[in-house]
Amino acid sequence: MGLSLDASIVLMALAPFAAALLAPLVQRIAAPFAGWVLALVPAAIFVFLLGFIEPIAARRFVQASIDWVPAYGLTLSFFIDGLSLTFALAISGIGTLILIYSGAYLRGHQHLGRFFGFMLAFMGAMLGLVLSDNMLALFSFWELTTVSSFLLIGFDHSRQAARRGAIQALVVTNIGGMGLLFGVILAQQLTGQWNLSGLRDFGDAMRENPVYPVVLIAFLAAAFTKSAQFPFHFWLPNAMEAPTPVSAFLHSATMVQGGVYLLLRLTPFLGGTPAWTVTLVVFGGFTLVWGALGAIRQTDLKQVLAQSTIASLGLLVLLIGLGTELAITAAILYFIAHAAYKAGLFMVVGNVDHGSGSRDIVALGGLGDPMPVTFIAAALAALSMIGLPVTAGFLAKEEMYLVLLGPDWPQILVLIMLVIGNALLAGVALSIAIRPFLGALLPTPKVPHEAPIAMLAGPVALGAAGILLALNAGRLGHDIVVPTIAAVLGVAAESHLTPAVDFTSLALWLSAATIALGILVHLQMAAIRSILRRIGTALGWTFDHGFDVAMFGLIRLAGAMTRLLHHGRLELYLVLVFAGFALAVLVPVFGMGGLEALLPNAELGDWSAKLAWPNLQIHEWAVLALAVVGLGAVLFARSRLVAILALGVQGAAVALIFLSFGAPDLAFTQFMVEILSVVILALVMTRLKLDEADHRQFEDLARDGTLAVVGGAGVSLLLMVVLAGTFDSRLSDFFAATSVPIAHGANIVNVILVDYRGFDTLGEISVVLGAGIAILALLRRRGAAP
Amino acid sequence: MNFLLAGLVGLFIATAIYFLLSRSLIRMLLGLVVLGNGINLLIFTAGRIGNGAPPIVPGGLEQPAGAIANPLPQALILTAIVIGFAMFSFLLVLAFRAYQAMDAENTDSMRLAEPEDAPRPPLSY
Repeated sequence: MGLSLDASIVLMALAPFAAALLAPLVQRIAAPFAGWVLALVPAAIFVFLLGFIEPIAARRFVQASIDWVPAYGLTLSFFIDGLSLTFALAISGIGTLILIYSGAYLRGHQHLGRFFGFMLAFMGAMLGLVLSDNMLALFSFWELTTVSSFLLIGFDHSRQAARRGAIQALVVTNIGGMGLLFGVILAQQLTGQWNLSGLRDFGDAMRENPVYPVVLIAFLAAAFTKSAQFPFHFWLPNAMEAPTPVSAFLHSATMVQGGVYLLLRLTPFLGGTPAWTVTLVVFGGFTLVWGALGAIRQTDLKQVLAQSTIASLGLLVLLIGLGTELAITAAILYFIAHAAYKAGLFMVVGNVDHGSGSRDIVALGGLGDPMPVTFIAAALAALSMIGLPVTAGFLAKEEMYLVLLGPDWPQILVLIMLVIGNALLAGVALSIAIRPFLGALLPTPKVPHEAPIAMLAGPVALGAAGILLALNAGRLGHDIVVPTIAAVLGVAAESHLTPAVDFTSLALWLSAATIALGILVHLQMAAIRSILRRIGTALGWTFDHGFDVAMFGLIRLAGAMTRLLHHGRLELYLVLVFAGFALAVLVPVFGMGGLEALLPNAELGDWSAKLAWPNLQIHEWAVLALAVVGLGAVLFARSRLVAILALGVQGAAVALIFLSFGAPDLAFTQFMVEILSVVILALVMTRLKLDEADHRQFEDLARDGTLAVVGGAGVSLLLMVVLAGTFDSRLSDFFAATSVPIAHGANIVNVILVDYRGFDTLGEISVVLGAGIAILALLRRRGAAP
Repeated sequence: MNFLLAGLVGLFIATAIYFLLSRSLIRMLLGLVVLGNGINLLIFTAGRIGNGAPPIVPGGLEQPAGAIANPLPQALILTAIVIGFAMFSFLLVLAFRAYQAMDAENTDSMRLAEPEDAPRPPLSY
């Protein structure tokens, strides 16, 4: 490698984003082959990642980091261990096939370039998610998958169903995202570690910690919403509004597996406690059966697959909850097998839809003749889904039965649940592979025809992969499964996988029973479906409907809050403002010990001195009296002329106060402004009819009067508290002392205004100018419509 | 004297709040003028007042002779008076134009921006 390993890993993780930016351009240039061209990016990543199998199988840990926010000690670090590698290979491998498929499936679509961009961005987010070491980076990529999946599900945004599906996925997975952020921060606070690779050392301490349940719930919320576990499962079927390639990629092998990845990744940190095992097994098991029954209920092939994905995700969560070496082996094998067959089946459904114009399993039949290659691909995938020997699905099923062979009744209970779930899924697989393709050719909206090569490559390759992986079970075990177990459980396992069938194993006979049950389910599909539908109708309530109720309730609540707080009545806004103001001035006085400073009751002498009649000169008394009279006159004026004149009186009184206490500049300005105000006000008021009387009701008067008295008294008290304190005169002294020597001005106030605080004065002039221009504009609009 | 002025400031503020809570535009304007005066007095009083001379350095001296009034609040208030006047003029014209345009002086009947029957948020996707 020419580049250093660090740089090349970071480049690989960021390459899909760069490709996403270029995708629309590529689509414009290489129109019919854009899918093939863009598929080179994930293909290159896949090949690059294959190179890591050898070193990682040899227990070498690959890590790369670049400084992210060095000030906070954050690094954007990536690491590759068996677990990351397994997921990254699935993402890039299936991603390659999906991009090729998309180009043909959406051929001629107006926004195909945009679609490729979203797809690649999602792929980059997903790769980043499984490769991040830093938990904040993990969270960022997690949210990026949410956002990009929102764009993909709502790609066909002119349909309301697509918009609804997109919003639903966004809301549900985002709630989990918040849980993840909370969990990440909590974990970091408890351990001091930002890195996932560092967390595993704190597992024992964590399990003892009293906060453990909170951390567990936060992370489980993230995993359960992303991986569509009951009761958050309802978004996944609605996400089927996305174009089929999106469903094939996001809702089978990647996005929904994000939660599974998170659970596996956190097993060393949080796993192994009774709470962990019970929660995961109960929720996973319930989701398995719920999803499998849901799959049988549906007749739309995409919905069938979506429900069966929910079931498979439940199965994976259950296995992770069991957490033994065998269980994790089964989970990894099942993840691989499921990723291959489910993506393949989704593409098969896309081909059927594309070729015949229908996705209804009841309305289809006999497509095997016109669509032979699609049929072969469907059969290969279904074999793996059923779990017949020499498929990846068979390996996974054998392992999961081996986990539970034991005498304890909880084990037997879970085992029965697994057999039932697998049998239902096997029945579904049989139906998908047989119903549309065998039997008499039923009339379809389009004349059935085989899909183009780009749409066959993916399903055939994935179907073949299911078999090839099983044939090379030994290498699969050594190269993928054992390193992943090492990453999850930290133990060095020995691979015991072989493609051979062991007839003495009890697991095999359980498998046989599963398949027999599956055939029964397939044969009785219509009957079971009608029973399930009748139960569903009888219940009359779905989680999907509940989501609408919650969302619309939220919107109604927001509307009601807006009307309550934003009612449009000015005086009520002002009541709130002044009530807040009164509180703000009274709290420091009464709540924070201001009153004690004001009333030093220990020293009675001081106290009486304060109460003593102030020794004022006669003109000072006159000025104060003038101010009070002016205010009173404004308040009680019956005619507007008296009101205006009284306003002038109180202004003049303020000017006289300034004059009496050494502020002639202020007095002068105040006089000028008051005279101008009175004149302008008088001019305007002659054109304006002022109501002589105050029309407020008594209750309003009482309320406003109380607020006014409380606010005014609060200001007075606060000011008295301030005055009772010591005065810091440093700034004033500085101005007085330096006015002449450094600013060469004798009038200290003027020097402060034009010199020390010159920019303030500039701002003041700008305000006056702005007000003048605004006034001019208002007056010029004479006659214009409001 | 300081404490008497503090009481006067409270009186100004109380009058201003009372006026601002009325629904009449003109009364609210009067309240605004009173509020400005009250706050200017507040700043003036908070800077401590006494028997100091105006803050002017006599000719030929480097420093003021004897006690002077605190110059800093005076500078702040001077700015505030001018800005308050600009604000008052603008609001007066605005109120006048609003009165002309809506033929209303009562704020309750000025509901152009927040109409009584505003549409409810849509309940769909």
